[in-house]
Formats: sequence, C-alpha cells, structure tokens
Amino acid sequence: MTFRKYMVLAAVALFASIGDALLSRGMKDIGAISLNHLGELILAIMNPWVICGIALLLCFFVAMSNALSWADLSYVMPATGLGYVVMALAAKFFLHERISPERWIGIVLITIGVGFVAGGPSQTDRSAHTASDQVTDTALSLEGRR
Amino acid sequence: MRNVYTWAAIVIITLTSTAGESLLAHSMQRIGDLGEMRRREGVLASVRRVFTTPTVFLAISFMAIAFFTLLFGLSWADLSLVGPAAAALTFVANALAAKFFLKENVDRRRWIAAVFVGAGVALLAR
Repeated sequence: MTFRKYMVLAAVALFASIGDALLSRGMKDIGAISLNHLGELILAIMNPWVICGIALLLCFFVAMSNALSWADLSYVMPATGLGYVVMALAAKFFLHERISPERWIGIVLITIGVGFVAGGPSQTDRSAHTASDQVTDTALSLEGRR
Repeated sequence: MRNVYTWAAIVIITLTSTAGESLLAHSMQRIGDLGEMRRREGVLASVRRVFTTPTVFLAISFMAIAFFTLLFGLSWADLSLVGPAAAALTFVANALAAKFFLKENVDRRRWIAAVFVGAGVALLAR
C-alpha cells in the first residue's frame, strides 16, 4: 500500500459521509416528498445543498472506482466506515456536540474493524486460480486435438 | 405508515447499493489498476476505458436508483437513521456479494471487519 492509495481510501470515506450529510441538509429544507408527487424530486435536485451533495457523491464515485481497480470490494467497504468516525469527532471538537457512551463504543468498533481489514492483503490473489485454469485449458485443447 | 416507507427505502438502498458497488468492483477488476493505466496511457485513455465498459453503466444505474431512494428516505426520516442503517446493512450485504459473486477471499479478518464496522455505524446513529 502506497501513500497515494491511503489517500484514495480517505477520499472514498470522506466524500461519502460528507455527501450524505449535505443531501440530508438539503432534504430538510424541502420536507417530505409524497410518492404521488414525484415532480417534487426535481425541485429537490435544484436545492444548493443537494447540488453540493451530488458533486461530492460524484467525487466519491471517481475515488471508489479508483480504489476498486486495485483493491477488493470487501477491503474497500469497511475503510469507508472511518468517514462516520471523522464526522462524529468533528461534531464533538468543532460543533461541541456531546458524544454518548454508545457512540464512543461505535467509534471504537469501527476503528477496530478498519484496523482488522487494513492489516490484511488489499486484493485476492487470483494468480493461482488463473494458473490452474490455464493448465486445464491446455489439457482440454490437447484432448480436443486427439 | 411513514415508518414502513422509511424501512422500505433502507432495504432498497441496501440492495441497489450492493448491486451497484459489486458491479463496479467487477468492472474495475477487469479493467485493472487505474493509477498504472493513467501513467502508461494517460488520463483520457483511462476515462475512455472506464466509460466504454457496459457493466460500469449498469453499476451507475443501480447507484442512481440508490441515490434517488436515499433522497426519498431522507425526506421521510433523519440522516441519523437512514444513513447508518443503510450503510450498516450494505457493509454486510457487500461482504456476502464479494464472497459469492466476486469470488473474493473474504476471510475471517474481513468478516469481523464488516460486522464490527456495521455494528459501529449502527451505534453511532443512536
């Protein structure tokens, strides 16, 4: 793992959680949308908070595509959980919100979970599987020639 | 009734996010390391390679459904419920999809990570 790859994982985590927070802020302005009035959804997309949220979720998509090009999905996904920890800590230190004991346990669980996955390989080794496939293919083609 | 809608939205977000992210993972595994490709062939060639892969569009479609369902969900309930509930379920659903569809080596370490992170996110919502 290089420094650049850690930065990509951090970007995935932060863009997803901050993007969701911005969408939520925008949807609070708009209020409940009825399933009978789907046109209200267009109005929602015009909201500046929702526009910023969509922009961050597009950045999330780019970072996620990049991460998935060199790491497994089951490796990348737990890493994104750190974004929620960063948001909870930001709420405590910048917004002076109180963090309940349950939330502290949540933060510890996420940190342990990310630590677990970060200690292992980022990608499944498929070379052994591919090599055995090639041997099978060669054997089948030789049999076909006979 | 709104409670039923909210949980229906959470289930739809979980299923479509998992489908979208698994398809994206499948596509990117076939394309290869984007960082190396960018160094070798340039940014435009890498972007072209991604957007000429049909399964990427299928992944984007599922992610778009998840996005619009999230908007509905957020209009009915708080982010502190919809966000972590959908995220926690998606962690576990993604681990299952990674094992059975993507054939990744989801060992005990990754299962523990998925369950710990899912439980942690759920606790953060309380």
